[in-house]
Amino acid sequence: MAEDTSLLNTPLHALHLELGARMVPFAGYGMPVQYPAGLMAEHKHTRSAAGLFDVSHMGQLRLVGPGAAAAFESLMPVDVMGLGVDRQRYGLLLNDEGGIIDDLMFVNRGDHLFVIVNGACKAGDIAHMQARIGEQCQVVPMPERALLALQGPKAVDALARLVPGVDKLVFMTGGAFEWQGAKLYITRSGYTGEDGFEISVHESQAEALARTLLAQPEVQPIGLGARNSLRLEAGLCLYGNDIDTGTTPVEAALNWAMQKVRRTGGERAGGFPGADRVLAQLDGAQPVARKRVGLIALERVPVREHTELQDAEGHQIGEVTSGLLGPSIDQPIAMGYVTTAHAAIDTPVFALVRGKRVPMKVSAMPFVPQRYHRG
Amino acid sequence: MTLKYTEDHEWIRVDGGIATVGITAHAQDALGDVVFVDLPEVGKSYAQKDTAGVVESVKAAADVYMPISGEVTEVNEDLRADPALANTDPMGAGWFFKVKLSAPDEVTALMDEAAYKALVA
Repeated sequence: MAEDTSLLNTPLHALHLELGARMVPFAGYGMPVQYPAGLMAEHKHTRSAAGLFDVSHMGQLRLVGPGAAAAFESLMPVDVMGLGVDRQRYGLLLNDEGGIIDDLMFVNRGDHLFVIVNGACKAGDIAHMQARIGEQCQVVPMPERALLALQGPKAVDALARLVPGVDKLVFMTGGAFEWQGAKLYITRSGYTGEDGFEISVHESQAEALARTLLAQPEVQPIGLGARNSLRLEAGLCLYGNDIDTGTTPVEAALNWAMQKVRRTGGERAGGFPGADRVLAQLDGAQPVARKRVGLIALERVPVREHTELQDAEGHQIGEVTSGLLGPSIDQPIAMGYVTTAHAAIDTPVFALVRGKRVPMKVSAMPFVPQRYHRG
Repeated sequence: MTLKYTEDHEWIRVDGGIATVGITAHAQDALGDVVFVDLPEVGKSYAQKDTAGVVESVKAAADVYMPISGEVTEVNEDLRADPALANTDPMGAGWFFKVKLSAPDEVTALMDEAAYKALVA
C-alpha cells in the first residue's frame, strides 16, 4: 500500500512497520490498526496478559498558573479545584449549548494541570482553551511527548519490572517516575476496562521504552482495532461516534462525570458553558428526550454504527453509534441513543440490519466487568 | 474445471454448470478475523453483481456479490456456524455458496488467476 505523505507519524512509526502493522489514517496520523496476530488475538491478549498501545496521536497539554484550576473548571461541568495532587479525573469540554466538544482526562500535578485530549480534537480544544481561558492561565501544548498505554491484568508485572513503584499507584492516580534517565509521568488508567497504565514520555525516548516493554514476556503490541473492541466491551464512549457536539452529558448518560459541587445546590454550581441546559436536564426540569444505552443482540448478527433502532411496532426510536461482535463477550454488542421511554435495562428493541429486524435488548454497561486496581 | 476471480475479490470454481463461490485469501486478509456471514437464499435466482450476502470481521463489513447469474443451489452451513473458516481455508472449507449458472458465457469474461494476482500485487 502506498504511504500517504500528508499523514503525521508518531515516534513509534518505524517500530510499527518493523512489527508488520497494517497502518491506517486516524486523526491525521498513520496509526497501526492491527499487527500480524490480528484484532481478535490482540483483544484477547490484552484481557489475559498485557497489551502495548501507541496513543501518541492524542493531545497532551499543560495548564499553568495559579488560576489554572478555576479557569479549567469554567469550561467543564466537573470538579477541578477539588482534585488532589496526582489524582486523575475524566472531564468534558462543553459548548454553549451543553454539547460535548471533547472528552478528556486530567491530572492535578501540583503546580499545573496535565490534560490528555482526543487526537482528532486536539487542535480545536487548544484553540477553545486559548480563546476562553488563555488570559487566566497558560495553555501549553506538549507535542514533544509520546503516549504509550500498557493495559491488561499483567501490565503491572511488566511495568513494575522496569519502573519500580508503579505498582503502588491505584486507579486514576499518577506519579512522576524515571526510566534510564527518561522522565515519565505514569497514570494508572486506560481505555480497555482492564488494569493498566498510560505513560507520557519524551518522543526521543519513546521507541526505546516501547521496545523494552515489548521485550517483557507478558507484552504484545495492540492496534487501534482491538482498542476499539476493548473500549466498547468496557462501555466507554468513543468521541465522534457515541458523543459529539450534538449530545449533552445527560443524554450521553455521563451524569457520573459531573460531581455534586458543580450541580444545582452545589458550592460551585454551574458557571460552565451550557450550564442552564445541562443542569435543567440533570434536575429533571427539562427531561432529555433520548439517552445513550448499551445494547446486546439476541441473534449472532453484528449491529454497526448508524443502524436504525425500532420499537416492537416498527417505529424508529433511535440509532446505534458503535457496534461490533465483542471478542471477549462473544456476542454482538452496541451503544446507541434511544428515546427515554425505551432506555430502561432489558427493554426489547429491534435493529434494522439490511432490511431485517434483529432483536436486541437494552443492557447495562460495561458488557465485560471492569478490573481496575482500586487498591 | 475453471477457476476465475472477480474485482470484488471473490473466486468462482465452475464444474459442470455449477459454480462454487468464496472470497479470496487477499479479501480475508484485508478483512481480518471473520465473525459473521450472511448467505443467500437457496432456490433464489440472482443476476450477476446482485448483493448475495455479507461477510463481517470485528472491524468491518463487506457485501458479497453474485459473480455470475444463476440460482443458488447450496450454501455453506459450516461457514455460517464457524465464520473463521473464511480465514483459515478461504479457497476450500470456507466457500460461501453454489450457483447453477443461467448465463455460462459470463464466466469467460472473469479474470483468470494471473490477472487477479496482478490486480492484488
